Amino acid sequence: MVQSEQKVSSTHSSTSSSQFAIELRNISKSFGAVHANQNIDLQVERGTIHGIVGENGAGKSTLMSILYGFYQADSGSIHINGNHIQINSSREAIDAGIGMVHQHFMLVDTFSVLENVMLGAEEHSLLKHSAIDARKELQRLSDTYQLSVNPDSLVENLQVGEQQRTEILKALYRKAEILILDEPTGVLTPQEADQLFAVLQALKEQGVTVILITHKLREIMDITDTVSVLRQGQMVSHLNTADTSMQALAELMVGRKLDTQNHQRVDALPSETPNRIEVFDLCLRNAAGQYRLDHINLNVKSGEIVGVAGVAGNGQSALLEVLAGIVPPESGRFIINGREVSVSDPVDPRQMRQMRVNHVPEDRLKLGLVKAFTAAESSVLGYLHQDKFSWRGLLQLSSIKAMCRRLMDSFDVRPGNPNLKSASFSGGNQQKLILARELDKKPEVLLVGQPTRGVDIGAIELIHQKIVDMRDEGCAILLVSVELDEILALSDRIVVMFEGRIVAEVTGSEADKTTLGLMMANAHERAA
Amino acid sequence: MNTSNITLPAWLDIVIIPLLNIALALLCAGFILLLIGVNPVEAVGIMLNGAFGYDEGVGYTLYYTTNFIFTGLAVAVAFHANLFNIGGEGQAYIAGLGAALVFLAFDSSLPALILIPFGILASALFGALWAFIPGFLQAYRGSHVVITTIMFNFIASALMVYLLVNILIKPGQMSPETRYFEVTTWLPKMHEFVALFGYNITKTPLNLSFFLALLCCVLVWIYIWRTRWGYELRTAGFSETAALYAGIQPKRVVVITMCLSGALAGGVAVNEIMGVNHRLIMNFPAGYGFTGIAVSLMGRNHPVGIIMASLLFGVLYQGGAELAFEIPLITRELVVAIQGLIILFCGALALMLRPLVVRAYLVFRPVTGGHA
Repeated sequence: MVQSEQKVSSTHSSTSSSQFAIELRNISKSFGAVHANQNIDLQVERGTIHGIVGENGAGKSTLMSILYGFYQADSGSIHINGNHIQINSSREAIDAGIGMVHQHFMLVDTFSVLENVMLGAEEHSLLKHSAIDARKELQRLSDTYQLSVNPDSLVENLQVGEQQRTEILKALYRKAEILILDEPTGVLTPQEADQLFAVLQALKEQGVTVILITHKLREIMDITDTVSVLRQGQMVSHLNTADTSMQALAELMVGRKLDTQNHQRVDALPSETPNRIEVFDLCLRNAAGQYRLDHINLNVKSGEIVGVAGVAGNGQSALLEVLAGIVPPESGRFIINGREVSVSDPVDPRQMRQMRVNHVPEDRLKLGLVKAFTAAESSVLGYLHQDKFSWRGLLQLSSIKAMCRRLMDSFDVRPGNPNLKSASFSGGNQQKLILARELDKKPEVLLVGQPTRGVDIGAIELIHQKIVDMRDEGCAILLVSVELDEILALSDRIVVMFEGRIVAEVTGSEADKTTLGLMMANAHERAA
Repeated sequence: MNTSNITLPAWLDIVIIPLLNIALALLCAGFILLLIGVNPVEAVGIMLNGAFGYDEGVGYTLYYTTNFIFTGLAVAVAFHANLFNIGGEGQAYIAGLGAALVFLAFDSSLPALILIPFGILASALFGALWAFIPGFLQAYRGSHVVITTIMFNFIASALMVYLLVNILIKPGQMSPETRYFEVTTWLPKMHEFVALFGYNITKTPLNLSFFLALLCCVLVWIYIWRTRWGYELRTAGFSETAALYAGIQPKRVVVITMCLSGALAGGVAVNEIMGVNHRLIMNFPAGYGFTGIAVSLMGRNHPVGIIMASLLFGVLYQGGAELAFEIPLITRELVVAIQGLIILFCGALALMLRPLVVRAYLVFRPVTGGHA
């Protein structure tokens, strides 16, 4: 384990005001009894790409929120380009030259790129004059940093990667010299991620300082110059990326040894194994008449994990929603756990649960739980009609809380307090609670979307193991994930979705990342 | 400094900040009173004395409070399902029709003990019916309840005028109102009720529907936070997608919630028609339905808060009337202005003082220890 604190100590005395774009000294921040950040020191040299890694709840977001003015530190100081400054709002952060690209884009969908970029930074009282200036500046920025986006396209018509470039342009337009990117590749295809990294390289060469927050260690290794590791609110290490490895970083983050493993079945399923999911020509169209599901045919056997790979938004969500009974199909039919479902004979989510078909939704905040509810209330979402939770309509609070505690124990949800609001848990812990709720019901068919999105490395192991355990008990599992590593680690069979269609199917053992990446962009046939 | 994400102890949020808001509103009101040459301290004294100073004042205050509790609860229940029911006024009005029809039909044949529960049920049912239509239209046709409930207030008003002028009017006179119900079937007044226990208080409009209002508070609390249907209501209110995921039908929740909301607004009819007027008259909801919106907002859509906010409005109504009576310089309009200031500071500007309170709290908070 490499622990290089020397950089911090050696430069502490000789801060010559200009070497570091960002210097945080002794930053601490507590929320009640929770120390989100404790005595954090961080120095980032100008014109470098610095990665910050850490598990969920390690304090990455808090630290960046302090830097961007959302929170104020309880103690410690911030120095930008050697000047000690106070950042009390995001406006002041922007003035100090800090730009932030959030994980969820802050764009107005119905505005053009140009309008989004100048929004809030118009310099003239007439929009027309501002637009002319903004267009010139945008052109200059695109040329300098190879950030090409058509300024007149509406944001809603842009690809995700282009939307992200718009966010970066927004920050640069506001004269950002320090750019913070929070989990920037979560929504991108591998190819789009490569384009992003090219842009970041160009920014770096022009002297922009980039801070990259990510849980994908491969990206840290590929693109950063230096990397800091946060664990439980403390900075445990500052390293030169060249001096470390993914394995070492992962162990620093978690604080213990990790071993990655591949969970695919060793032995093939016997050929007479029954299908638990069979889908025939399933179709669904959106309001505009485009196919979200375009004649899907699919089957999943008992004791099999079928992975659905694809860039987000290519119909995977629709597939899960139809199979879970939330959205009725438009045409076609499917047989799920022995029950035939068709347009004329739909099944609602509650009946699905009674048939032991359980669903871990992709979007945990919108579907999986109710943010304003307590964890206990969220832990019975979908199961309240059971007598032990509501007897003659009256909620049985003690058994609901007992259930929640049990679920929290089984998946190590922290903090393990059923009375806390669901929203106050970190994303990973929300996800664990939802998984615990659904897996606890011993499903015979499990529909699971993005099981480890935003979940930290230590917990990913646990979640994968639980899913594999379900499979070994004979559960048929349909796994939707945008993380290729996850699909590859778990799936016995992989189908790839593109624009509502299944464009490829491979067995888990013969799949590799590059081919899958091409399949996700539906470019495999041309390439082959 | 952004203070909205700093949580305060409950007593600061629930007690101190509202009290500060009321104080600030009274300060502004006092300034206006000074301008017209009235001593504000004296005015506040008259107001408080008018509301609480003697048993008749208290009776009137609680009588007004009763109406506000009903309409406040009606708004709150809908609010938890993310519905904004502005139709309490019309729902209360139609509920009065329900109560009156039952009493006009059966007051000579049924004893009070049977008739009164029927009257309450009829009020609730008619109120619910008047809210059902906008609820149905919202759920299955996409017409927004805010628009439809406003329209239904007007429809209710027109319908009642028609019925009272042409059909239900007591023959042989000009006033658009029905005949009085049989005296024996009137909902007992509070002074009659406490007389049973040997107490003697002045006769006021306050009647037993006050207890019904308090009962409704308890029932609403149980329904929303302690039953499966309340859970479904809140789920659908917070997140329609989560409701669909859980197998809850948001459309059904919308319809049921609107019916409940209308039924609660119907409580006004119990108080006004069965308890006070003893006949159906024009415009008896008198704005209580609209004020219920402010009551619910001030009470944070919680039954306890609604009782407190209703009491405040009861004080404003009764004390305000006293004020206009005692000091001729203070007109009814000025009383309305003072009420308006309190609504403004407690409702619209409710969070204005919060940053200050947060800062004061951060300075004076008890040291929790563990500050590294």
